[in-house]
Amino acid sequence: MSNFSVGFRQHNGVQILDLHGELDAHTAPELEAALQKCLQNGQYNILINGRDLDYISSAGLGVFMAYVEEIREKGGDLKIAELKPGVYNVFDLLGFPLLFDILPSEAEALERFARGERPMLPSS
Amino acid sequence: MSRTLYTLRIPSSTRYLQTVRRFVERHARAAGLSEEAIERLKLAVDEACTNIIKHAYKGRSDRPIDVAVLLEPDRFIVRIRDQGESFDPTRYRAPDLRTLIRKRQGGGLGVRLIRQLMDEVTYRSRGPYNEVQLIKYLTPSDTALPPSASA
Repeated sequence: MSNFSVGFRQHNGVQILDLHGELDAHTAPELEAALQKCLQNGQYNILINGRDLDYISSAGLGVFMAYVEEIREKGGDLKIAELKPGVYNVFDLLGFPLLFDILPSEAEALERFARGERPMLPSS
Repeated sequence: MSRTLYTLRIPSSTRYLQTVRRFVERHARAAGLSEEAIERLKLAVDEACTNIIKHAYKGRSDRPIDVAVLLEPDRFIVRIRDQGESFDPTRYRAPDLRTLIRKRQGGGLGVRLIRQLMDEVTYRSRGPYNEVQLIKYLTPSDTALPPSASA
């Protein structure tokens, strides 16, 4: 039995993944499988909705890190919206807001997709 | 002053990470820690146990991990022991996030996160045991409830 699940929705060509529950090293493979499914279906505009995500560890963050480059190479982006404050803190501690679009609302994230905007990985 | 001590043994499988988080959460809340401190402790113990499963025990799921919570007058300590390969913290270099993304790698951030979350982290090896202690200092806002007044 898992305390994590992923729901799939679509909006104007954006694939939205609704994350529920707790994302840790045990449940991270489920998120990975969901992202792989998007890529196999040719969906590269991916929006993660964290409204019902209660917890995340670095294993969960690692999934985003492992896939974002491939998604951007294909012309898409992986944006993140509606994180709870405690979950956002973990993204923030590791410096994610510099490298990922993390937005307060799903509507703002969808607008950025509509405008074709995405962050660029700064060269170091 | 004597320590209050609770212990939990889990097998080295990620399916028990949730159990460990609940254990630490319950005792940290009973000790009157702030919600922020409780969240930090839950994440730190999860990261430490995940590293033990992946690195000390190389993914074997049937080895023991012993978790203990100790309450001292000025600090809350989570002590974690394993009998796997030891970790040398002096050889750890925190990876750069941009480099990991370019290499399409997701790992290696747990130790950095633990250090950011805790006030103090100690590692030692004693005979067959490795031990890590995750330490959160108690602040006046943490001690709203005396330990004796709660579960």
